[in-house]
Amino acid sequence: MTVTLPDQPAKTPAGQLDDAGKPPWRDRINWARLTPYLLIVPAVLMELLVHVIPMVVGIFISFIKLTQVYITNWSSAPWAGLDNYGVALRFGNSQGKALLQSFGLSLAFAVLCVGISFLFGMATSLVLQRKFRGRGLLRTLFLIPYALPAYAGIITWKFMFQRDNGLINELLTNDLHLTGDRPFWLIGGNAFVAVLVVSIWQQWPFAFLMTMAGMQSIPDDLYEAAAIDGASVWQQIRYITLGIMTPINSVLLLLLFLWTFREFNTPFVLFGAVPPKSADLLTVHIYNSSFITWNFGFGSAMSVLLMLFLIVVSALWALWNRRVNRRYA
Amino acid sequence: MKIRTPRSTVRGLAVTASAVALLALAACSGSSDNGAASSSAGSVSGSGGSGAGATITYWASNQGSSLDNDKKVLQPEIDKFTQQTGIKVNLEVVPWSDLTNNTLSAAVSGQGPDVLNIGNTNAATFQSTGAFYPFDDAALQQFGGKQHWVDSAFATAGVAGQPVTSLPLYSQVYALYYNKKMFAAAGLQPPKTWAELVSAAQKLTDASKGVYGVAIPGGTVNVSMHYSFIFGSQNGGAPFDAKGQPTFTSDGMVEGVQQYVDLMGKDKVVNPSLAQDSDNSQAPAAFAQGKAAMYMTQTSGINVLRQNGMDPDAYGIVPIPAPADGTKISSFVAGTNISVFKNTKNLDASLQFVKFMTSDAEQAILNKSYTTIPPVAGLKASFDAAPEQLSVWSDILNNYSKPLPLVSSVQAFQANVGGAVVRLIAQAATGNQVDSDTVKSALSDAQQKMPTS
Amino acid sequence: MREQTSFRIFRWVVLVPAVLFTVVPLYVMVSTAVKPLGDVLGEFRWVPKTITLQPFVDIWSTVPLAHYFVNSLVVTTSATALSVVIAIFASYAISRYRFRGKGAFSGVVLATQMFPGVLFLLPLFLIFVNIDKSLGFTLLYQTRLGLIATYLTFTLPFSIWMLASYLNGIPRDLDESARVDGASAMGALFRIILPSARPGIIAVAVYSFMTAWGEILFASQMTNSASRTLSVGLQSYSTEANVYWNQVMAASLVVSVPIVVGFMFLQRYLVAGLTAGAVK
Repeated sequence: MTVTLPDQPAKTPAGQLDDAGKPPWRDRINWARLTPYLLIVPAVLMELLVHVIPMVVGIFISFIKLTQVYITNWSSAPWAGLDNYGVALRFGNSQGKALLQSFGLSLAFAVLCVGISFLFGMATSLVLQRKFRGRGLLRTLFLIPYALPAYAGIITWKFMFQRDNGLINELLTNDLHLTGDRPFWLIGGNAFVAVLVVSIWQQWPFAFLMTMAGMQSIPDDLYEAAAIDGASVWQQIRYITLGIMTPINSVLLLLLFLWTFREFNTPFVLFGAVPPKSADLLTVHIYNSSFITWNFGFGSAMSVLLMLFLIVVSALWALWNRRVNRRYA
Repeated sequence: MKIRTPRSTVRGLAVTASAVALLALAACSGSSDNGAASSSAGSVSGSGGSGAGATITYWASNQGSSLDNDKKVLQPEIDKFTQQTGIKVNLEVVPWSDLTNNTLSAAVSGQGPDVLNIGNTNAATFQSTGAFYPFDDAALQQFGGKQHWVDSAFATAGVAGQPVTSLPLYSQVYALYYNKKMFAAAGLQPPKTWAELVSAAQKLTDASKGVYGVAIPGGTVNVSMHYSFIFGSQNGGAPFDAKGQPTFTSDGMVEGVQQYVDLMGKDKVVNPSLAQDSDNSQAPAAFAQGKAAMYMTQTSGINVLRQNGMDPDAYGIVPIPAPADGTKISSFVAGTNISVFKNTKNLDASLQFVKFMTSDAEQAILNKSYTTIPPVAGLKASFDAAPEQLSVWSDILNNYSKPLPLVSSVQAFQANVGGAVVRLIAQAATGNQVDSDTVKSALSDAQQKMPTS
Repeated sequence: MREQTSFRIFRWVVLVPAVLFTVVPLYVMVSTAVKPLGDVLGEFRWVPKTITLQPFVDIWSTVPLAHYFVNSLVVTTSATALSVVIAIFASYAISRYRFRGKGAFSGVVLATQMFPGVLFLLPLFLIFVNIDKSLGFTLLYQTRLGLIATYLTFTLPFSIWMLASYLNGIPRDLDESARVDGASAMGALFRIILPSARPGIIAVAVYSFMTAWGEILFASQMTNSASRTLSVGLQSYSTEANVYWNQVMAASLVVSVPIVVGFMFLQRYLVAGLTAGAVK
C-alpha cells in the first residue's frame, strides 16, 4: 500500500509551494514552508522517544558487557567491543549454535505460517467471492479469531493442547483412535506444530480479510466478459483474480512475514519464558537471554542482528515489489 | 532568505533532536551516587523510636498457600510492629514469578521498596548488584550479631568476606515425602538408599490405574536446578569449583542429573504428564490425590499439600536417599532472606523492621505459620506436625545439607541448568532415550551459556 | 453465471475445514467456561456434564479482573487516541507536502514499523528506569503512562503509514480548491480531509486498539500489580494449587466479547483503510 508512497511525488497543494518565486505569495511563503515541519513535529518527537533513542541505546548496549554486576550503574559496564557479536556468531559454540537454530526455526515457522495462512485465506476468499446463502455469516465467523485478543485465543489453544485434559488428545486417542499413547503438544518436537497451528489460527483471517477486500474491487464485467469468451471458473481465477490481486498480495505477504517473524505472544503464552527447543523462536530466545539470564549486552547484540536481517528482507522485498508494480501498473 | 528557511528548520530540528537524545542519554547514564551517599550516612543506628511516623514499603515473598494467606499471616504482626514503633508498613505480597524480576528492576532504577524478601539462592546475585544495604559487622550488632543465626543459615546471607546484604528469615530443606498408606499396603519401608527408592517406586507404579511411584515437577526450572544440585552432590559433584567457575560437566553432576532423569526415562516411575508441570502445581496435587507415592519437596510443601487436602499425618518424611556409595545429601539450605534497599529514604525505620522480623518472638510465630524452620539460633521448628517429623527436619538441616555455592552467577546457573534439566525430562517423557552423553552435552551447552567473568 | 462442479467441490473442501478450525476453539472456550472445575480437570468432554455460571462469578474475585480491565482500557484507549492524532498531522504532511527530510522521515517510519518489540524492550526498560531515577519518582517504569509510550512503538508507525496511503487516495482537487478559496492548511485538513478520511482513521484506530489490547511482551515486563493489564492478568488464574481453566475461559470470554462485537461493527472500515493504498 505505501510502497507507492515514496515513489509518488506529492503534488504541491494549491500551487503555492513550488512557485515560491512569485511575488504575490511572498508573505506567505515562510509560513507555508514551515507547515509540514510543524505537522510532523509531534510524530518526530514520539519517534525519537520510542524508536530512535531506544535503538541507539540498544546498539550501544550491544557493545558493552552488561550483566547483573553492572546493572545498577550501567555506564560503568566495561566495553566489550565486538565480543557479544562474536559469541552470537560463533556457530561452533553453544550460544551461537542456539542462535542459529533459533533463527532457522523462526524462518521455517514464518515461511510455513505465512504460506499456509495465505493459501488458506486466499482459497476462502475465492469460494466466498460469489453470493450464496450464509456467506455473510461465514465471513463474520472467520474473522472472530482475528478480532479476539491474542492471549484469549492462545490460552484456549493451550488448554486444548493439554496432555491429559485437552481436546486434541481426546480427539486423537479416544474419538479417532489414531494413537494409543497420548502425545505431548507443549513439550518436545510437537511444540513446533502447536505454535504453528495457533499462529495460523490467528493469522489466516487477516489474509482472508485482505484478499477478500482485494477481490471485491475487481469489477464484475471482467468476469462476465471472460465467461462470454468461454473461460472456466478456474481460468477466470487464474487470469483475472490472481493477476489483479498481485500488488495487494505482495503487501500482504510482507506484512504477514514481518508479523510472524516477530511473533512473541504465541510462544510466550503457550510455553512461558523457557520454551522447548523445537519452539525456541527468535524473539523469545532474545527475551530469555536478556531477562531470564540477565545477559543484556548479549541480548542486545542478538537484537541488532535480527534488526539487520529484517532490513535486508524488507529491502529485497522492496526491489521485488518495484518490479511487480512495474509489470502490473 | 527564503531558500534558507527550510534549511535552518532542518538544522533546528536536527539540533533539537540531538539535544533530546543527549538529554535522554544523560538521564540514562545518570549516576546513582546520591542514593549511595545518603544511605551510608545512618549505617549504625540505635533502635530508638527515631523512625516513628515513617511509612515503609515491604515486599513480602509468597510463603503461604496464596497471596491472601500471606497477608493474613503478616498483617497482624505488622500491626504489632506499628504499635510498638509508630512506623507504618505498607505490605505488598509479591508472587515468586515476579519477585526476582521486580527486584532486578528496582535495583536498576533505584526505585524500590524499603525492605524486601529474596530467595536465598539469589543472595549472592543481588549482593553483586550493589543495590542492597550492606550489613557490616557493626550493623549486624543491632540484630544480635552473626551468632543470632544458625551458622548454616547465615552462610546463605551473602558471599563470605564481604558484608552480607540479606539476612535469613525462613529456612527450608528438601525431604522425601511418602504416602504412608500406600507404603503400608505394599508392605514397604521408607527407602534408605536411592536403589531402594527406585525399587519401591517401581512396585508402587501402576500406570494403567494412573498411579506412579514418584511425582516430580518436571517442567519447573528452579526446582530442577535444586534437584541437579542435590543429586549432583550425592554423586560427589559440584556445579562450581573453588574459584567460582562452572563445572556442570563434572562426572558427579552428570551422574546426578542422570539419576534424576532416569526416574522419568529408564525407571518409568513418573507420570509423563508431569513433564509439563512448569509451576510445581501438578506434582503436589498428584501426591495429595494418591496418584503418586513419593514426592521430594521443601518444608513448605506441608502447606501446599494441606491446601490440596492432604494432612501431615497422611505422609511420612525421610531424607532424600542417596546412592549406596554416594554422599548422604538431602538438601541445601533453602529459604527466604530479608534485605534493605540501599536507596531507602527510611533507613532507620527499615532497620527496625528487619530487627523486628528477625527477633526470636516473631521468628517463632512466622516460621510456625509458614511451616518453615527458624534460621535463628536456639529456636526449634514448631509448626503443626508430628514431633518425629519435626526432628527429621532438623536432622536434615543439621546433617544432610550442603550449602548452595554462593556465586553471583547463581541466577544464570538456575536458568541454564534448570532449563537444561527441564528439557532432558521432556525428552525422557516423550520416549527418547537420555543417556549420559545426552546429559553431558546438555550440561555442556548450559555451561557455555554462563557469563564469563 | 454457471458454476462448475469442480469449483463447487472445491468450495466444500475449503469451507468445511475452515469452519471447523475456527469454531472448535471457540466452542472449547464457551463450553469450558460453564463447567465446574472438577469436570475441567478430568478428560475433555465435548458435552458438559453439568452447566454452571459460577466461573463467571468467581473470575472477579480470584484475580482483580475489573482492575486489569480498567488498566487495559486506559492504556489502550490513550495509546490509540495519541497515535491517531499524531498520525493525522504527520500523514497529512507526508501526503500533501513536499519538504526536505520527508524521505528520511517516511523511511524511519517505514523501518521502525517492521522491527520486533523485543528490540525496544530492553532499551526502553533502561531508559524508563533511568528517567525515573533522575526524576526521583516513578513516572514511566511500570506505570500506565510508560506502557502507553511503549505501545506507541507499534501503533504509531503503522498508523502514519496506513493513513498516509489513505490520504494519497483522496483526490487532491478537494483540498486544493478549498485552499484556493482561501482556507488555511489546518482549515483544509479539518474541514475537507478529515471527513473524507473517516474510514481510514477508523481503520487506524481499530488496528491500534486491537494490537494494543492483545499485547503481551511489554505488558509482562513493564507493569506491576497496580498497572497490570488483562493480557498478563489473565495468566494469574493458575496458582500453586490449581489452574482454574474454567475461570480462564470465562474471563477470556468476558474480555473478548466487547472487542469482537466492536470489531464486527467496524471491520468494513479496516478493510477499506488497509486496502486503500494497494488497490488504488
